[in-house]
Amino acid sequence: MSRHPVIVRITHWLNAVAMICLIMSGWLIYDASPLFGFSFPRWATLGGWLGGAIAWHFAAMWLLVVNGGIYLLWGAVTGHFARRLFPIRAGDVWRDFRDALHLRLVHDDGYNSVQRLFYVGTIGLGVLAFASGLSLWKPVQLHALTAAFGGYETARRVHFAAMSGIVLFLLVHLALVAIVPQTLLAITYGRAAAKR
Amino acid sequence: MNRLQASGDRSIELLKVQRRLLLRSGLSLGALTMLTGCDLTDGDAVDRVLWTMSRWNDRVQAWLFDPTRLAPTYPASAITDPFPFNAFYPEDSAPEVDGATWKLELSGLVDHKSPWTLAQLRALPQQSQITRHICIEGWSAIGQWSGVPFRSFLERIGADTRARYVGFKCADRYYSSIDMATALHPQTILALDFRDSPLPDKFGFPVKLRVPTKLGFKNPKYIMSIFVTNSNPGGWWEDQGYNWFSGS
Repeated sequence: MSRHPVIVRITHWLNAVAMICLIMSGWLIYDASPLFGFSFPRWATLGGWLGGAIAWHFAAMWLLVVNGGIYLLWGAVTGHFARRLFPIRAGDVWRDFRDALHLRLVHDDGYNSVQRLFYVGTIGLGVLAFASGLSLWKPVQLHALTAAFGGYETARRVHFAAMSGIVLFLLVHLALVAIVPQTLLAITYGRAAAKR
Repeated sequence: MNRLQASGDRSIELLKVQRRLLLRSGLSLGALTMLTGCDLTDGDAVDRVLWTMSRWNDRVQAWLFDPTRLAPTYPASAITDPFPFNAFYPEDSAPEVDGATWKLELSGLVDHKSPWTLAQLRALPQQSQITRHICIEGWSAIGQWSGVPFRSFLERIGADTRARYVGFKCADRYYSSIDMATALHPQTILALDFRDSPLPDKFGFPVKLRVPTKLGFKNPKYIMSIFVTNSNPGGWWEDQGYNWFSGS
């Protein structure tokens, strides 16, 4: 049987709120000085103006860090990650990826290898977004971290790339939820995922 | 009612600025409400949370601040050319201060309050730095500033260096303030020169505070007066919602 433990359900939704706030306010901060040849549309941003966006960004940052920290600590200590997200083998990923393309998507007890890779990769992107964000916030106090990202200007691009990866994950994640809507009940109420 | 949530010596300012941020952040509140499904119609409560978090971030940054940690320095070849102008008005509106009649006024918790002329400041020992200026907008640029180490200036005027804040008032109606720990940092200087010549009008003639451990907007230009105080003087941007400490 596969039920989402209550701590997973709570941290999942708090993380969703934090991430959406961080992404939308981050887009408005980006717009103040665009790195590339485009800006994000105002309707997709949060904060109203640069000062508001930064206030949102640095408030949501704490929610992400505290909530994400609890989730990562819990997942590592209880063996949840070891059981549910690992191992990830290249051969399995390739097999499950082909199955998914042929609509032979198995959604039973555990996560398939593609899902595991996807979730672990996204957690990694979250950690990268956090570390690069920290290096932009404190390029003097934490200048070793900023230097590790190749300096302030490169760290901006790393932070942007991590955000892009997370948004990409979100799009696929939401598309799959639309295909298998029972997952939305499972992550909210903890009911067993429907078997096929 | 906001007064209850506001703490310390800034309650009056907070009262004013909470309303300002409310008006501005309210614009995209609808977007968040739709996405999260939360009913965040009470913009006042949201603003209070944002201000509380900003004050919390002030405290965390003051704690993170290492008074001996130096901002990275760069070779002259790394200097950004042309160095950008930035203010809350266009470059052609930058004030033109007359250096011959200008005097730096001092007030607050300072023993010697006689005003300083430009020549007197130039007669003091000078220090030069090539550091990265980071704007709250995200961009950065490397520049070279020279002038009087602010710590030695504060000691010379008999400032109470146990006080909490140093405030600045500028010729362009701009104002700002920094914490005493940052004011005493070895790289905080009263800059008189940019590269090898006196500050041009656009970069803050006659005096600009150069603080490489803070964001650009905490580096006031066209300084007319300096004061030492225990009540937070806020700032032009800070009172509208920019994080007050804004340390790098």
